[in-house]
Amino acid sequence: MLIAQNIGFAIIAAIMIIGAIRVVTTSNVVHGALWLVVVLAGAAAQYVLLAAEFVAVTQVLVYIGAVMVLFLFGTMLTRSRIGRDSGLNNTYWKLGIPVALALFASMAIALVDSFGSEKMPTDGAIVNTQQISDQIFGPYLLPFWALSFVLLAAVIGAIVLARKD
Amino acid sequence: MFVNQFLILAAILFCIGVYGVIARKNGVMVLMAIELILNAVNLNLIAFSMRNGSVDGQTFALFVIAVAAAEVGVGLSLVLLIYRNRRTISLDDLSEMKG
Repeated sequence: MLIAQNIGFAIIAAIMIIGAIRVVTTSNVVHGALWLVVVLAGAAAQYVLLAAEFVAVTQVLVYIGAVMVLFLFGTMLTRSRIGRDSGLNNTYWKLGIPVALALFASMAIALVDSFGSEKMPTDGAIVNTQQISDQIFGPYLLPFWALSFVLLAAVIGAIVLARKD
Repeated sequence: MFVNQFLILAAILFCIGVYGVIARKNGVMVLMAIELILNAVNLNLIAFSMRNGSVDGQTFALFVIAVAAAEVGVGLSLVLLIYRNRRTISLDDLSEMKG
């Protein structure tokens, strides 16, 4: 059942995991940003696999389009070394490995325990963009307004913080 | 397709992001690790949206994307401000709050 989807999932998942590990281990800030693009594009592909095409397109526009430009500008303006930089990890970076492994072990146990071998529904209702917009401008109208104020505050805050005077 | 394959992929990405937040010293790299964590959460939301046949998960994911964009904007301007005042973005050097 759904062999093509499973093969696609496996390939994309492997690329995403390799990309994510490179983001947190690379010694070059610009390479880290570019590996992050790989992970974000893989996430968009997984959203398509999960029949969420509008979120996938938004992911490409906002993350790969806007957030990546912000990261590259941040790298440039803080004059991080363009190239290898051995000072990217802090002194106790090795502590992160057991913390991450313990966290993953507990989450994996909980997930296997609660979902086991439950399958995704194959005949589920197809969610289209119109339903998402009905949802946002219906029951979620108030959070949507609040979010627009959050974005406004973030824009003004970023200008105030980064202004030179 | 199992439900768990997406959830465990998201858990792996989340843990890699947590490792990045702990291990990195450079402010920009810490923000990148936070993006990894937020993406793992989004993947979970979309997976549950499909499992439950509901639109709510996708709506939440869109909200998370918008908040993440605002967070990166403010976070990077903070890093920029720290760089301007201290000439470094190494988070180890910001130790004024040590008791």
